[in-house]
Amino acid sequence: MSNNSASNSSLALAQKAVKQLRLEASVRRIKVSQASAELKNFCLQNANKDPLLMGVPSSDNPFRPPKSCVLL
Amino acid sequence: MAAEKAEMDALKKECDALRTQIEAARKAANDGSMSAAAGGVASVGRVQLKLRKNLKGHLAKIYAMHWSADSRSMVSASQDGKLLVWDTFTGNKLVAVPLKSAWVMSVDFAPSGNLVASGGLDNICTVYNIKAASPKTLRELDAHTGYLSCCRFLSDSEILTASGDTTCCLWDLETGKQKIIFTNHIGDCMSLALSPDMNYFISGACDSLAKLWDVREGACKQTFSGHTSDINAIAFFPSGNAVITGSDDCSCKMYDLRADQEVLDYTDSSLNAGVTSLALSNSGRLIFAGYDDFNCHIWDSLKGEKVGVLSGHDNRVSCTGVPEDGMGVCTGSWDSFLKLWN
Repeated sequence: MSNNSASNSSLALAQKAVKQLRLEASVRRIKVSQASAELKNFCLQNANKDPLLMGVPSSDNPFRPPKSCVLL
Repeated sequence: MAAEKAEMDALKKECDALRTQIEAARKAANDGSMSAAAGGVASVGRVQLKLRKNLKGHLAKIYAMHWSADSRSMVSASQDGKLLVWDTFTGNKLVAVPLKSAWVMSVDFAPSGNLVASGGLDNICTVYNIKAASPKTLRELDAHTGYLSCCRFLSDSEILTASGDTTCCLWDLETGKQKIIFTNHIGDCMSLALSPDMNYFISGACDSLAKLWDVREGACKQTFSGHTSDINAIAFFPSGNAVITGSDDCSCKMYDLRADQEVLDYTDSSLNAGVTSLALSNSGRLIFAGYDDFNCHIWDSLKGEKVGVLSGHDNRVSCTGVPEDGMGVCTGSWDSFLKLWN
């Protein structure tokens, strides 16, 4: 009985693997050249909204303790 | 018996044929390279960020950190048995959450800022309400049969977890029950990341594979291979069309989801340490990768070149995070400190 169920579960696993691979094989792929161009364009178009890339001005730096005196 | 063996053989043959078919289809789509596309792009030059804050408070190794959606608060987890919520502008500690189990491996902040979640070797994902007078345990999500390596809130009512039991899980926080179990990895799941539109998530595991899942369907849509060891860290590129992974094989890789393949590899012969964590700058141009060599190395995501380094920790960098407003990067280390850079 256990031998039977063991081989049944191996069979079930193999069937599952085939089903999964069929799904992954059916993916519609775009060309790497197009994908790369779009990733590049995204970076370039958003560069000016990227503080770590552009640099954070001292006056606007939330992590930097303010140097000027504050009038209370 | 013979009939079953025949069926097994047929299924194995079909698996092999399908794998060959997938490789061929990927090759057919591989008509260029990211390097070629990025050829004309100006270099970012040397990226030199300064240390702005050194957050002291934990008494043991820090294993995880996560920014709040407000880009100001941040939660960190240490094996000293505490979660600490910090105000990163002042460096003050806002909340301390004592953990039932000190062996924490992951922490997350809910988008609302009301809840934090953590988990580790206890196999449980515990959710805390940190807006109460004192931190209150809201839920203990207990069903994984292996350690909790990663947890990510979708909202105050749903959370995704990744586990050493090789599965990921979507939980309903109102009931505390599992909604969907994502099975397909054959190694411990180490990390997960939600897509910007929250319809998909990607997982990285010790089987050296990254898998893309549909959050609602529960199905594994795509599998990405290439790494030769455990994938410890994973993140979506901000456009949602690519994924970056970091591995014990000392490399990071970029996989494009629509081309269904690896498009760039971030390796350096002088870097012989595993990647523990990674985070991207807001445009996706810079990759901040934490390594076992005590540093966080900065990569130009388009050109595949190392462009900077954040040095200062005295032990492995275990976690890295960039807040939503992209104003800085936080590194956490086994040296018990968190550092803020920009």
